[in-house]
Parts: sequence; C-alpha cells; structure tokens
Amino acid sequence: MSGRQVIRNARHWKTGEPFELAVEGGRIVAAGAPGAAGAGASEVDAAGAVVSAGLVDLHVHLREPGGEGRETIETGTRAAAAGGFTAVACMPNTQPVIDDKAWVSWILQRAVELGHCRVHPIAAVTVGQKGAALAELIALAEAGAVAFSDDGHPVMSAEMMRRALEYAKPTGLPIVCHEEDLTLRGQGHMNEGPVAARLGVRGIPAAAEVVMVRRDIELAELTGGHVHLAHLSAAGSFDALRDAKRRGLPVTGETCPHYWTLTDEAVGEYDTHAKMNPPLRAARDRAAVIEAIREGVVDCFVTDHAPHGFEDKRQPFDQAPFGIVGLETALALTLTFLVKPGHLTLARALELWTEAPRRVFGLPEVALAAGSPADFTLLDPGLEWTVDASRFRTKGRNTPFDQWKLTGKVLATWCGGEITHMEESWMEAPAR
Amino acid sequence: MPASTMSAPAPTGAGVFSRMASSRHLLGLEGMSRAELLEILDRAQRFRDLLDGQGIQSQELRGVTVCNAFFENSTRTRVSFELAEQRLGATHVSFSSSDSSTAKGETLLDTLRVVQSMRVDLVVVRHPSAGVAAYLARHLDSAGVINAGDGAHEHPTQGLLDLLTLRQAWKGQFEGRRIAIVGDIAHSRVARSAIHGLRVLGTAVTVAGPPTLLPMGLEALGVECSGTVDDAMRGADAVMALRLQRERMEQGLLASTSEYARVWGINARRVELLEPEGVVMHPGPMNRGVEIAADVADGPRSVVFQQVTDGVAVRCAVLLRCATARAHEVRP
Repeated sequence: MSGRQVIRNARHWKTGEPFELAVEGGRIVAAGAPGAAGAGASEVDAAGAVVSAGLVDLHVHLREPGGEGRETIETGTRAAAAGGFTAVACMPNTQPVIDDKAWVSWILQRAVELGHCRVHPIAAVTVGQKGAALAELIALAEAGAVAFSDDGHPVMSAEMMRRALEYAKPTGLPIVCHEEDLTLRGQGHMNEGPVAARLGVRGIPAAAEVVMVRRDIELAELTGGHVHLAHLSAAGSFDALRDAKRRGLPVTGETCPHYWTLTDEAVGEYDTHAKMNPPLRAARDRAAVIEAIREGVVDCFVTDHAPHGFEDKRQPFDQAPFGIVGLETALALTLTFLVKPGHLTLARALELWTEAPRRVFGLPEVALAAGSPADFTLLDPGLEWTVDASRFRTKGRNTPFDQWKLTGKVLATWCGGEITHMEESWMEAPAR
Repeated sequence: MPASTMSAPAPTGAGVFSRMASSRHLLGLEGMSRAELLEILDRAQRFRDLLDGQGIQSQELRGVTVCNAFFENSTRTRVSFELAEQRLGATHVSFSSSDSSTAKGETLLDTLRVVQSMRVDLVVVRHPSAGVAAYLARHLDSAGVINAGDGAHEHPTQGLLDLLTLRQAWKGQFEGRRIAIVGDIAHSRVARSAIHGLRVLGTAVTVAGPPTLLPMGLEALGVECSGTVDDAMRGADAVMALRLQRERMEQGLLASTSEYARVWGINARRVELLEPEGVVMHPGPMNRGVEIAADVADGPRSVVFQQVTDGVAVRCAVLLRCATARAHEVRP
C-alpha cells in the first residue's frame, strides 16, 4: 500500500470514543478524535468497529521446519492475521528442534518473506529439547529468540531447570515452562476424574501440572530467573501463581481459551478434538481459571495453537496426538465466554491479548498513537457468527469449536501498515 | 456448572460420535434401557435352554457374514463368538493382530474398511484402545460393530452374560440385590459393563480393591466404594472377582500377589459373608490362589463355568439382534 491511508469511523478499544488514524510507511502517523487523521490517499470506513492494538499470541506451533504437512509459517501466520494477531511467538518443538541460532535466523527470514504477521521465535532450553545439555541460550538470544522453552518436553531435571534459569539471566529472556511431571502423567490421555473413569481412558492428574508449577516457582526464587508458566489449566496452578506473585517472585503465567470454555466433559465419547495437553479439566478448574483471570493473576492469554493432520486426529483416542488449533477462534471465545458474561471488560480482555503479552516477553510496544508501528485490529465485539473449520486459514481442522455460534469477530488486521486480513463480507459491504 | 458450554452445540470432531441409536451395533451397556437389556436376556435365555437340551442348530444367521477382528489376545471370547456364529449358520472368519495388515502399517480404519468392502455384515472387534468400537461404528458406513472388549472401557457381551448368570441365580429379581465387584476396576472393561447393566436393572454395586486400582471419580458411575473386601461382601448377593494382571506389579501398582491374595482375594471365609444364596463369579481366565482361592472357584457357590455357557447364549442373542437391525437399516 503506497501513500497515506486513513481509517475513519472507528471506536477506540479502551475508551469506546470515536477514533481515526492515518498510516504511512508502516507506521501510524496521526491518530485521535475525528479530524485528527487528516486526508489520505485511500480511506477505509470502519463503520463503528472497535480498533485495538494488534493481538499477540505468545504460544503457537507453526510446525516449520519439518512439519509442513500440518502447518507452515505462511499458513500459520495467515490464520493469525485472520484471528486479529499481528505477532506470534512460535515454539521450537519442530524437526529439527530450534536449538541453534541458524534456525532462529531462518525462521525470522522466512517470516519476513512469507509471513502475514510478525514472528518471534522461541528457542529450545536444552539441545534437542532432551533435557540433558544447555542450548547456546546467549547466541540464540542474540539471533533474535524472545524466550526459551522445551514446550512439549518438560525439563524433568530440577537441576537442569535451575541452571537454565541462571544461565539465561544475562539475556533477560523468560523460560516458558511446560509444566508436567512425566512420571505422574504416565500413559494418561485426558484429565483424571469421573469422565476418564467412565470412558476407561487413563487419566492425567491435575497434580502432574501443579507439582511442576510449584517446583519452578521455587527455582525462580532460588535463581531470580524469569519463569513464565505455559498454558495453565489446573486450579492448583493458579493458587501457586497467586502465591508466587504475593512473594514478589519473577513468575508470570498464561492460559488458553479452551480452559475457560470447556471441561473434560467435552471429550464426550472420545472426541480427539477435545484432546490437548494439558487436558481439559474439571468444572472447578474451569471456574478457577476464570477467577484467576478476573483477579489479574493470569498475565496473558495464548492459544497453544497446535495444528494436526486430519488423519492424525482420526484415530482411536489414545493414539491421536494432543493439541487443537486456536488462532481463528481465540478472540471470539474471549468475547463470548469472558466479556459477554461480565467477567472482563472489553478493554481488559483486549489488553490480555495485546499489551499484557508484550510486557511478559518484553516485545516492542505497539500503541494507537503517532510513531507506533501500524499493527492494529478492527473488530466487531457484538457480531454473531458460526465457526466453520472447513474455512480456516490454518491447515489444521482440529478444533472442538466447529459449528459453535460465537460473538465477536475480527474484521480486518493491519501489520506494519499492510492489510493482512479483511473479512470478505465486511470488505464487500456497500459502505466500503 | 459449565453453563456456557451448554449454550453451545456439542463438539462434533473426528473422534466423536453421538451415541449410536442404531442397534446394528453393540458398543457398550452404558445408555441401554432396561427394556433393551431384558429383551436381549430373554432371547439369550431361550438359547441357553437349547444349549442344555437339544443344542443350537439354527440357520437364523444364514447368509450373514461375520468377521471376528481381534487386535488383542483372547481365547474364550473369540471361541465363544465363533461357536455362536457357527451354531446360527453364519459365514464367519477370524483374524488376530499377529496376522493382520495393521502390522504392515495399514491403519486400523483401513483394515476394517477392507473387511467391510468384502461385504461383511457384522464385525466383532477386540482392541486395546478404549473407544475403538464406537470409533469404528462411526466410520464404517454399513457393517454392524459388536464390541468384544475395547481397552478398559467396556465388554458388553461379558456384561450381558454376567446379567444372564445372575438372573438365573437370583430367580429373575435384580431389584433390591447387591453385588460386590472386587479387584482391578481401573483396568477392567468387565467391571464397567457389569456396573452399567446392573445399575439399570436396579442392583446396587459395591466395589472394593487396592486404591491404586480404583479409578478416581468412580462413584460417578453410581457405585459405592468399600474400604475392605469383607465390608463389600457382607450381605451381598454375589461377588465378582476380577482378574489380576501380573503387569500391575511391574507398574508399581501392587506389592505382591501374595499380599493381594491375603487382603483382596476371595477365599472360603469371605464367601461365608455373602447372603446364603449368594454366588461367586469370575470373568476368567482365573489366577487361582490370587484373586480367587481354588476351593472357592470349584466350590458350590461358584458359577464361573455357568458364566461361560451363558456367554455362548448371550452372543447368539446379540448376533441375531445386530444382524436383524442391520438388515432393516442398511439398504444395499
């Protein structure tokens, strides 16, 4: 897009007041009340839509390199843009594992070439995510990694986690901890409880998550290193996080839309689209997730977007892989199940997808103000729509929310001043 | 209360099935009505009477093709199904995992689709994964699926044969009765099917066993958990001892078979705690001297071998029911 573009008739995400902005050269050049943006070479009539800083997802699996059949940087970021995201942080459990600075550079380069949003690589904590030897964390940070994680392969050795937290300190980057005691998980495939007992499926106790959360909180105290607790699902984890914050420890935590929307009842009759790790938990855990969000104990939201092939999920329950896609339903699940019932204001909900995650990883700030990168999202918080997984931009169709009626939709996304997504129906509206 | 999930439609993913209304399948006893259970038991009882008399030499399943697909070892269930199929005049074939093409990398679903494409009407399937019977019923468009044991989930023909045995022992009266199920509930598909069937028919179920082998949340199935075998058996109208797999010791779930036998085994002293007419059941194969004492297995209260005979009668009834339903449902 060349020349100055003006977006008029929007409403500011924090105040709800009429708002407009002008974009040029990848940045916002003017923003404010009607009249502030001035004239543009091209104009977009937002028709009363809410404009927010671009959403950020700190926890996605783009599957590239090695898993291109399931997702690529191109398709994953395309899905991200459709979900209103202007930046994602991608997990290193690819093939090969991102434990070498060359791969960090490769992802960054590939994202520039093919991406529809900014991509921030997360590098492995240990070589091959095997938990045995430290990766070159400093070189990885220098190459552009924004955090370290052995996501999917928890660092079982407390000693190794301690040393990683210490060694990473000069980088200032967090370690994203996938909290799961593998000995307690055993061969479990869903939450341990009445549903698993009825289905005859081996359970994963909530304690498998909580004991590791508590361990890593103690290690944060011991080392002073930043522990970021990934995809928290269990009531006890939020108690531990609350306690860690009270103690003033450098601990942050995230949760995902499926944990505040569903319980293990959603597994129903072996629905592999309700199988993820950590698993959907009991009703009391779901209530605890919502309570922790309301209280501000949860630092940010993430999707844990984990695309899998149709054939992989079309297997008997205990053979199907863990994980669901989330980028294209995240905001709507937030608005439908947190804002609509009154747990959060719209502004706070959006903050947990924008400013909050940027703070957690120390990413550059994005604001709706002159000088900021032009990364923003237009959304209609009241629009009702029906999820149609067959039309997802991600390669994954593995969602438990297909055909759900949700409230709130992303209409358009700008990243670096480029339009990276625009809803067809909205684009074709006569006003435009 | 997850009210918000109730306002949304149920998930409809690759692995889900809405409970199969079709009676060309027998996937489990969960969700079956009292009337359905009694209808099967009535039909099974007629076969049972024939087995005690002139034998079954029927052609009721003539023209029906059945494939017994066993992805897990089994002797008694497989032989029992094969005998039932043969006695009703069905064409039947069997294979086990050792000679199946899944060993060559073919998916389970493709293997069963191949079988279905050979115009097989009914598939009797045993598999180590819970939910496989429902999975196949969802993905096979014409064959009926009979669950012969799916992981730790259900073993409905075993559950039905247990009901048939108990109906005879209890003279048709399920209400007001109580059964104790003792042992490894966590890994037992036999227990789950029995629990569902008995609860629907009005029988109280008490379970007892090492806490490592009782799944958390078991009470949701409508059973009472007892701390000791003595308490569970006292005044019960039957006791069912479950088979103890040796691998439970390797998994660190139990200390030793001798301790198990002492604390949880069904012995002659404990049998005296039952009601005077109370019976002793075991789904087999028995570990004599572990979960059941040899003198109890062979004693006057034991109905263990009657259960096996009832199994053939029940499988005749189930095959007939599923074949009849399939003939009505599937248009060629």
